[in-house]
Amino acid sequence: MNRSTTTLAQAAPSPKKSSYFKSRWNAPLAGYLFISPWLIGFLVLTAYPLFLSLYYSFTDYTLMQPMQWIGSRNYERIFTADPKFIQSAKVTVMYVLASVPLKLIAALLVAMVLSKAVKGIGFYRTAIYFPSLIGGSIGVSLLWRNIFGVDGIFNKLIAVFGIEGKSWITNPDTALGTLILLTVWQFGSTMVIFLAGLKQIPNDLYEASSVDGANKIVQFFRITLPMLSPILYFNLIMAVINAFQMFTSAFVITNGGPMNATYVYAMYLYERAFSRYELGYASALAWIMLVAIVAATLLISYTSKYWVFYETDTGGKKRK
Amino acid sequence: MTTTLNWKPALRHVFMILFSFLMVYPIVWWIGASLKDSTELSSPGIFPSVPQWENFTKGWNSVPGHTFTDFYLNTFGLEIMVLIATLLSCTLVAFGFARLDFPLKKFWFSILMLTLMMPGQVLIIPQYALFHQLGWVNTYLPFVVPHLLAGGAGGSFFVFLLIQFIRGVPKELDESAKIDGCSWFGIFWRVVMPLAFPAVVTVTIFCFLWNWDDFLGHLLYINTVDKYTVGLALRMINDSQSAAEWGQLLAMSLVSIIPATLVFIFLQKYFVDGIATTGIKG
Repeated sequence: MNRSTTTLAQAAPSPKKSSYFKSRWNAPLAGYLFISPWLIGFLVLTAYPLFLSLYYSFTDYTLMQPMQWIGSRNYERIFTADPKFIQSAKVTVMYVLASVPLKLIAALLVAMVLSKAVKGIGFYRTAIYFPSLIGGSIGVSLLWRNIFGVDGIFNKLIAVFGIEGKSWITNPDTALGTLILLTVWQFGSTMVIFLAGLKQIPNDLYEASSVDGANKIVQFFRITLPMLSPILYFNLIMAVINAFQMFTSAFVITNGGPMNATYVYAMYLYERAFSRYELGYASALAWIMLVAIVAATLLISYTSKYWVFYETDTGGKKRK
Repeated sequence: MTTTLNWKPALRHVFMILFSFLMVYPIVWWIGASLKDSTELSSPGIFPSVPQWENFTKGWNSVPGHTFTDFYLNTFGLEIMVLIATLLSCTLVAFGFARLDFPLKKFWFSILMLTLMMPGQVLIIPQYALFHQLGWVNTYLPFVVPHLLAGGAGGSFFVFLLIQFIRGVPKELDESAKIDGCSWFGIFWRVVMPLAFPAVVTVTIFCFLWNWDDFLGHLLYINTVDKYTVGLALRMINDSQSAAEWGQLLAMSLVSIIPATLVFIFLQKYFVDGIATTGIKG
């Protein structure tokens, strides 16, 4: 009986009034029961470890000995006397700056071509999506190591065009490039998201603008890009966060080499923590990574007001 | 006029066919290469002159004292435990967020959204220390327990995906179940869950794939060969074998992507739905 009155009250024009007669929450206790697995997990496996690692970063913690508070000495060492930190940070920033834009641009361009092709779209989408399905696996990393080795097929293929091959993986100038290429090759899942986004753009926007004499390029910058910008924004942030943490392919394909040319930050973190068991020092490295990722995310979201367009914005122009 | 109309789509298709071929060429070459002997391996041609099926049989037994059967059983065992844990916890949590009102709900929901972006590597050291103290290293508990608490590889993402889906299930169904005397758990189990089946399938797929590829996690917590997953076994034969056995290595690597491929082939619809509705990549 109680239920049916609530349903009626909800249908009534002033829903606010009904909340005076009803408790503010329909299930305070049951709600917490339902979310308790996540809540416990968050507190025990995310929040607490997060602060624990901040604490570790000010200690000389190893798994073997009792830890001692050493103040900011870990951080001082990292920033003043740790060439491997500088090298791994440099490699990671290069990797992020190259792989993320290339992947997003490839995804956007191919999505735009594909969105126009009505026939065969399923086939193309499958072919392009498939690499991103398997790309993160060890198997593909091993394949990559073979393809770009000195006897790999990549050299055989470019020899057809008269280019002399080399060992792309053992050459410090090109090793990181092969890893970036592996990442960009997996643009398919991002493309599927863009493809779904492109379908959401109302066709009359394009029709109206072509009546006004807009060409394809103007349409791209004035309609497609702004309409897609929220999706682009979200994917940019997720891609940056993931790229900062790149580990498997650098570990398996090049093992950080040659001459530390692919020694990404996560590999350095792994080595400090789990080869040398310097967990305090490695925690400091982890917090520096967190701060870098948060800073990058904030930077992107700060710039977003200049380029991300939401339909609730007044008028058809970007917010300034 | 008609020529310009037909010309463009044709060009587009030619481009797409070439581009698709370029994308899948490494994989097609891989299939051929897994059947080649070492002298032939570096040829860009796809078909081996004489298929070397023994790449598969020898590769399967290339770890002394074990076969890949063991590693696949280990990996599938781990996957099943993780999947059950994930489905139990994530559906309950998602139902709580999507359907119940409780104090601080908005606050916890925004925390959930934040954990979606949490870089996992920041947490591995304290988590490792914790699991080490509990004596869980070299067991599968460091994978199962976080998933039981709606965490682990992709946990917050699954909760988010399920919340989005459950919000789309009409609330009137809850109301009528309530009138019929159904409890919250009854509504969850009998009304919402059956309707949320597509989202549950999507979660299952991604949970399976991400745990299959969770190489760093396996590397950290599994130390002995008898508990090795497929990824760790592949890395081991990669480290121990000479270049002469590339054929076997490529053959075993190829087998390791078969599960993901089968999942993709048979459940393709759920893939695209899952990616497109949440806007999060797979």
